[in-house]
Amino acid sequence: MGSSKKKEAATRLTLEGELTIYMAAELKEKLAAALQAELPLEIDLSQIGEIDTAGMQLLLLAKRECVARNKSIEFLAPSQAVLDGWQLCNLSAEFGVQTDAAG
Amino acid sequence: MNLDAALQTFLVESRELLEDMESRLLQTESEAADADTINAIFRAAHTIKGSAGLFGLDDVVKFTHVVESVLDKVRDGNVPLDSNLADIFLESCDQISALVDNVANGNDAPDAALEQKGSGLIDRLNVYLGVAPQAVAVAAPTVVAAPEIERSGIVADTDNWHISLRFGTDVFRNGMDPLAFMRYLRTLGEIVAVSTISDALPAFDAFDAESCYLGFEINFKSDVDKAAIEGVFEFVREDARITILSPRSCIADYIELIRNLPEEEMLLGDILIKCGTLSEQELNVGLNAQAELAEEISLPLGSILIGNGAVQADVVEAAVEKQQQVKDAKNKQQRLIRIDADKLDHLIGLIGELVIAGAGANLIAKRSAISEMLEAGELMGNLIEEVRDTALSIRMVQIGETFSRFQRVVRDVSKEIGKDIGLIINGAETELDKTVVEKIGDPLMHLVRNSMDHGIEKAEVRAERGKPLQGTIELNAFHDSGSIVIEVSDDGGGLNKDRILSKAIEKGIVPANHNLSDPEIYKLIFAAGFSTAEQVTNLSGRGVGMDVVRQNIEALRGTISIASEMGVGSTMSIRLPLTLAIIDGFLVQVGRSAFVIPLDMVVECIELNTNDRDQEQLRNYINLRGEVLPYIRLREFFEIGKESEIDGRFDGRENIVVVRYAGVKVGIVVDTLHGEFQTVIKPMGKIFSHIRGIGGSTILATGEVALIIDIRSLIEKVQANEPQPLQLLNE
Repeated sequence: MGSSKKKEAATRLTLEGELTIYMAAELKEKLAAALQAELPLEIDLSQIGEIDTAGMQLLLLAKRECVARNKSIEFLAPSQAVLDGWQLCNLSAEFGVQTDAAG
Repeated sequence: MNLDAALQTFLVESRELLEDMESRLLQTESEAADADTINAIFRAAHTIKGSAGLFGLDDVVKFTHVVESVLDKVRDGNVPLDSNLADIFLESCDQISALVDNVANGNDAPDAALEQKGSGLIDRLNVYLGVAPQAVAVAAPTVVAAPEIERSGIVADTDNWHISLRFGTDVFRNGMDPLAFMRYLRTLGEIVAVSTISDALPAFDAFDAESCYLGFEINFKSDVDKAAIEGVFEFVREDARITILSPRSCIADYIELIRNLPEEEMLLGDILIKCGTLSEQELNVGLNAQAELAEEISLPLGSILIGNGAVQADVVEAAVEKQQQVKDAKNKQQRLIRIDADKLDHLIGLIGELVIAGAGANLIAKRSAISEMLEAGELMGNLIEEVRDTALSIRMVQIGETFSRFQRVVRDVSKEIGKDIGLIINGAETELDKTVVEKIGDPLMHLVRNSMDHGIEKAEVRAERGKPLQGTIELNAFHDSGSIVIEVSDDGGGLNKDRILSKAIEKGIVPANHNLSDPEIYKLIFAAGFSTAEQVTNLSGRGVGMDVVRQNIEALRGTISIASEMGVGSTMSIRLPLTLAIIDGFLVQVGRSAFVIPLDMVVECIELNTNDRDQEQLRNYINLRGEVLPYIRLREFFEIGKESEIDGRFDGRENIVVVRYAGVKVGIVVDTLHGEFQTVIKPMGKIFSHIRGIGGSTILATGEVALIIDIRSLIEKVQANEPQPLQLLNE
């Protein structure tokens, strides 16, 4: 699950519980710290039980920042809740998920 | 109310544009509408919309946009400007004006009545656009400025709804989650395609995790109605920009949506295509149509550059246009200055004092008999006179503006009551005091409406009487011996004397055994509670209007009279003083008392010869070149005769000053004529207001007080004493 590493050197950010407005500010801080590192970023989404719009835009922000910094980013093992959210917003492709994987 | 200066400028300009629009619309009715006129009307609407957009006045933009769209069709020749459409446009002018006023009053949103009126008008306008009413993008509380859109009739070939959502940043803080709405939407139908719009995401550091930056474009397939879809977003309505386009909306509506959203057009266009809402071809058709339109009217703001930088170009153009507006407004301001009326009054008061002081200096100069001093005094006097006239003329305005308002009134009312009535205006350049102009509007309105309602006959009656089918109302203004006369004439049926009388008797206004002259009978219509209208209309016939007219005119120290002929028409004449603080007077003396007669009422001065004087006990008129001239002795009128004789200053010679007022000539017998005199009117105190014959007082150069004769009341007095013509003949 969260431990599966695709690259030898990467910053792994494991998010847990709710990816919602209640945690959004805190998560942004974590993200900021992770972005400081030179290493590629991996965000583990396997433990996310719930995601809302605030969480969604945080992921979008992370993705955009990494692209802007020429840093690779990967979203690992998104939970069903995350997959549902992505599908709802038609963002699955954006986050590197095959559309059929959502089902 | 705390509006910034720019907004004030917008308000002023909008009103000017609306006036221009209105007068041009009226013009199209009287003469064939040429391209220039229609272009001007279109530009007015366009400018109002554009400027309103800059200030985010969404209600104004929303409404004006529809008006403009129809105007555009008229301009292209697709829709003829008939009287019905002109009606709608005029009402639209009113609506825009009301919306602008609403802004001026600092209200955020129009009230329900205004809103309702607006949507009613929009429905009527939409008929000309070939748009089904519900196809117009509505329900968005925050619709931003949309430069002109051509509403081509082409509709998008889609059976699905298109929903555009942009959430306000505070949505989360207000406890709402847009995703939840999406999930709920899914229960009402099928979300065919959705695009998440994340362009608004700020830079990482500026990103506030608790603000919402997302939006969605949704292609939604469902059989529910618009209200149901709106219902989904009910709770977020205040916090979001929501546009719901029904299936098969006009392509123009989609284009408008694209234009209204903050993202770049190109991107949004692609998104709509990706969502399957629009085909690429449809999008191109819509954007091209718009681009053509923009080119045609050479308005850079509307030009659409498809591609990157389009938004930037727009911003630049908007800024340029704004600058131009500011410049134009400045030019206007340079020509006109707004002055506090109090300051002006103070100036005129000071000039009054200056006139008196100047006269005093002159007197001293005369006594001193130094010729240089006299010369200087004379020069001073001329200058003072000029300064006085100039200062007074500042207050004078032409009545034309007041008159031209009636074009619209006559037009609207004639439609309302189903009579064809034209308005002729004469003497629009006649000037009168600003305060009088302001106060005369309402009485005039009543008179005009009364004439239209009661005066002008129905077309059938006119045909029977062999009159032209179109009735005519005439507004006329001219100066007449120190007064301004404003006439409201109609070529209608004239006043029905018998009916007025019987009504007045019935209402107990006059006794049955009256002894009234025709003009007196006509005047009864101004009595309180009098109305002969058999049918009460919403204009007049309630019997309050004419009463109020009389009171208003009397409050301005004016009089009103009526001339009428059965079957030919009637004329109501309002006679008002010019209400000047300083007048040219004619100074006369009786005994030791000095009196001033307003010079412009003086016709001539003659000596009262001994023959006439000998007869004075018998009669109070003389033969003035074959004309009967009644006269009044100021000596008797003010009871000053005896005292003067005791004084021994009465040398037995008398003069008659012939004055004319309201067409009546009378003589005023005085002792001595002193000639012209600049008179600063000092109003009489309230306790003297009941004194007849005196209109005010003034101070002479010697410091003595002279009374200004109120010719009007004096003439009334003379007329009351006047022997009947029959008796005259017998004598």
